[in-house]
Amino acid sequence: MPWSRFFHRGRWDEERTRELEDYLARETEDNIARGMTAEDAARAARRKLGNATRIREEIYDMNTLHLVETTWQDLRYGLRLLRRTPAFSIVAILTLALGTGANAAIFQLVNSLRLRPLPVEKPQELVWVDVDTQGIGRTGWMMSRRGRMTQALWDALRREQHAFSQVFAFGLTKWNLAADGESRLADGMYVSGNFFGALGVRAHVGRVLNDADDRTGCGTAGAVLSYGFWKARYGGNAAIVGQPITLDGYPFEIVGVTPPGFFGVEVGRAFDVAVPLCAEPLVRGENSGFGHPERWFLDTMARLNPGWTVETANAHLKTLSPAIFAANIPPTYNAETTKGYLQFIFTAAPGETGVSGLRKTYASQLWILLAATGIVLLIACANLANLMLARATARDREVAVRLAIGASRLRIVRQMLAESLLIAACGAAGGALLARWVSAWLVAFLSSEYDRLFLDLTPDWRVFGFIALIAVATCLLFGLSPALAVTGTNPGRTIQAGGRSTTDSRERFTLRRALVAVQIALSTMLVVGAVLFGRTLRNIVSVDPGFQPDGVMVVEADLRRTRIQPAARPAAHQEILDRVRAVPGIATVAEAFIPPISGSVWNQRIVIGGVVQNGSVNFNQVSGEYFAVLGVPVIAGRTFDSRDRPGAPKAVIVNQTFAHRYFSGTSPLGQTFQYEPSGQGPQPDFHIVGVVKDTKYVDLREDFVPIVYLAAAQDEQPGPSLSMVVRSDLSPASLTPGITRAITDATPGVSLTYYTVPGFIRESLKIERLMATLSGFFGVLAMIIAVVGLYGVMSYLVTRRKVEIGIRMALGADPHVVVRMVLAETGVLVAVGLVAGILLAIAGSSWAQSLLYALKPWDPSSLSLAAGALALVSLVAAWFPARRASRVSPAIALRE
Amino acid sequence: MQGELLQGTLDLLILKTLAVGPAHGHTIAHAIERQSEDVLQVEHGSLYPALHRLEDRGWIASFWGTSENNRRARYYRLTPKGRGQLAEQTSRWDEIVRAINRVLRPAD
Repeated sequence: MPWSRFFHRGRWDEERTRELEDYLARETEDNIARGMTAEDAARAARRKLGNATRIREEIYDMNTLHLVETTWQDLRYGLRLLRRTPAFSIVAILTLALGTGANAAIFQLVNSLRLRPLPVEKPQELVWVDVDTQGIGRTGWMMSRRGRMTQALWDALRREQHAFSQVFAFGLTKWNLAADGESRLADGMYVSGNFFGALGVRAHVGRVLNDADDRTGCGTAGAVLSYGFWKARYGGNAAIVGQPITLDGYPFEIVGVTPPGFFGVEVGRAFDVAVPLCAEPLVRGENSGFGHPERWFLDTMARLNPGWTVETANAHLKTLSPAIFAANIPPTYNAETTKGYLQFIFTAAPGETGVSGLRKTYASQLWILLAATGIVLLIACANLANLMLARATARDREVAVRLAIGASRLRIVRQMLAESLLIAACGAAGGALLARWVSAWLVAFLSSEYDRLFLDLTPDWRVFGFIALIAVATCLLFGLSPALAVTGTNPGRTIQAGGRSTTDSRERFTLRRALVAVQIALSTMLVVGAVLFGRTLRNIVSVDPGFQPDGVMVVEADLRRTRIQPAARPAAHQEILDRVRAVPGIATVAEAFIPPISGSVWNQRIVIGGVVQNGSVNFNQVSGEYFAVLGVPVIAGRTFDSRDRPGAPKAVIVNQTFAHRYFSGTSPLGQTFQYEPSGQGPQPDFHIVGVVKDTKYVDLREDFVPIVYLAAAQDEQPGPSLSMVVRSDLSPASLTPGITRAITDATPGVSLTYYTVPGFIRESLKIERLMATLSGFFGVLAMIIAVVGLYGVMSYLVTRRKVEIGIRMALGADPHVVVRMVLAETGVLVAVGLVAGILLAIAGSSWAQSLLYALKPWDPSSLSLAAGALALVSLVAAWFPARRASRVSPAIALRE
Repeated sequence: MQGELLQGTLDLLILKTLAVGPAHGHTIAHAIERQSEDVLQVEHGSLYPALHRLEDRGWIASFWGTSENNRRARYYRLTPKGRGQLAEQTSRWDEIVRAINRVLRPAD
């Protein structure tokens, strides 16, 4: 049967009606012609034709698809029912929209971060080439956020391999866009010439870079902008092609713009500008990764040759590895480091979904959040199931009558499910809208000025599929059990019972109570989670870092574009420090190579008395005022002063943990130690001149670790940058103009970047803050839904037992007894839910252990806090129905 | 209805009637009655579902036309496919009749 017939079945029916009318008219005329009266003629004609309605039905049936027809009927009927009870519909849809929205939002992040292929040509052919360090780890300088490969290794690899049609590399970096003064940073990439070609990315405007751009010694070559950067900074003006852009002070010619969807190959971040790799030596100068096989700054990807797989490529890379590593041993390595380096192996892994550091950072958090939102949705479903059950109960008689006159149970269940499906679909649609907004908010929450995150959140078929799946699953979860319960009763009994008393069966009420207990159990889990994550955040925030972060600002001066020669740097540093100290409002200033909690680490192994010590020691290089600026007390000895000149014996200050670990029992003052020997000559002696209090180095969660402070004044080869810590009572915003002026006056061409130590701390805690905020939100949401459910069931219980309560009151029962009776019922439900919930929470939270700080997942005080909170709100929720019960008039027993 | 019509026979009768030329439902019903000298009395209502079924199979086609007394009526006509069906079903019918006759009157 053609579908067109199905859609036009109404018109067909009309035609048949006309055809039958035509028949009757003709037959009547014939009959009149035979001499009948008009009335008899019409009656005879009708008799001759038979039952016209039945004929039409027979034809209509031939034209229709039963399943579609009845489903459509069910949906329309469901819609009418929902419209009749708008309050219920709105609550139900909103609850589901919240639950679905939260789930879809987290799923959208998972999708964008892990599942979605890169928006490039044939992403399934891409592999991501890395170095397996056999657990030893890379030694040297990690120059970028993702330093996986040195320039020397990449160059050798691409020349000697046969597995790939293209091997391309990129080095992530940040460039300063400002010519001088306060810096403006852009996320940049140094890319090999074949980068865009290998990915199949074509220019949106102008052209992309190619092999011809990437020539050794190219100086400032062409720059390619990302679409987002082009829109934000140049307003999408195509005329900027050919114009210069300043990167770290060097003018690059803009040659083109990449298409809108392309953000690079690192999922979670977006690049702003890309320049050819050959420009790196010019821009980085003495810090270039070229010619330094110990500087790791590149990431490597490749496109497989036809016929090659990741496995065969891996085997090929393994055979290439020994020779390539042996030919590129960094001269700074000592014998032991070299031995480890020679064991390194190149590996290939599927690169379809790009590379991402965020995947690992947020792996467990995303799964925990997805689980939490799933639980919220389950609670919402249990609550809705309860509401649907109450609604279904009101339709008991209707259902009973239909069953009695021969409707099939399946048909009625289907009809009730159609109503649920409508709610679920509306909820899912609302959730989809909410999800876009929520996931964008989450990305913004985790993003900051200095660590910009980017995720392409346009929903794709996976997101829509997920939402559809949720809609169907929730519909079955909350719709099926009420539908089965209502149609499962004996219609005879229901009809006999009549409308006088409610006909709720005992089993059905048990089901409702079970649903409430499930809600309480699930929300207990979430509330426990919220308490654990909330306390984790509080525990970390209240950790004593060993220094006073408030009022400490960090100033980073980049001197590469000034004309200061390396030999003049120590004097220049001193002048800058003096000028900053003179800025009004600044109390103290000090040089600090690594400001606290900035995320940078400098560690090294040391030798004491000729013995290499286990474990590495964190280093820093500071000027004498550092400890005063940060408020770190000097416990023994002295801080750095004018005695610690270049050429004098190298003075160091150590922290308590260092003193305790390496010189336990004796005074460390006057003792000496050295760096672990490198491949380049003897190491100087460090003389300990002071001991300071312990401080946190990179993270507030860490245990105190040994720290060595070198004297900045004794650095014979200071780098082209100066990092300072400044203490002031004034706000950073009011200080920066003065500092910028003071420094640029003396050293034109300097570029400055400002941070604050409290800002570093906030940044380091954003994951904990996210978990505390979201789990708190989900916990409260779950608790509200569950308590509303509890209230509904207890109110229902009181209504159902009104007559019984009335009789008790008439017989002289104390109202307090009635209240206690209702509260006792609640107590049983809540107790069952709480016990189950706490067991679930203990089982579930063991895999959240790594995210907790100074807490056990089964922390008794957290568990009792969560249980107590839930018990309290449950009691409040039950108290209203209980009070209503105690006010039931005894007369009710007579009236009902 | 007098004399139960064999399953499918009504279809054959309709096709046969339409072989003469297009007709509307009322005419077809009366034609069948008349041709069979009132032996086969079709309940006229049952004609319409049969017409619908035949049209579905593409054996007949319908169109709206104006009848002799200037009234709009739905006309049916045989399609080429229907004509083939008529021939095929007629010969099958003859076969069945012959077979049944051989059983009933073996002496002949």
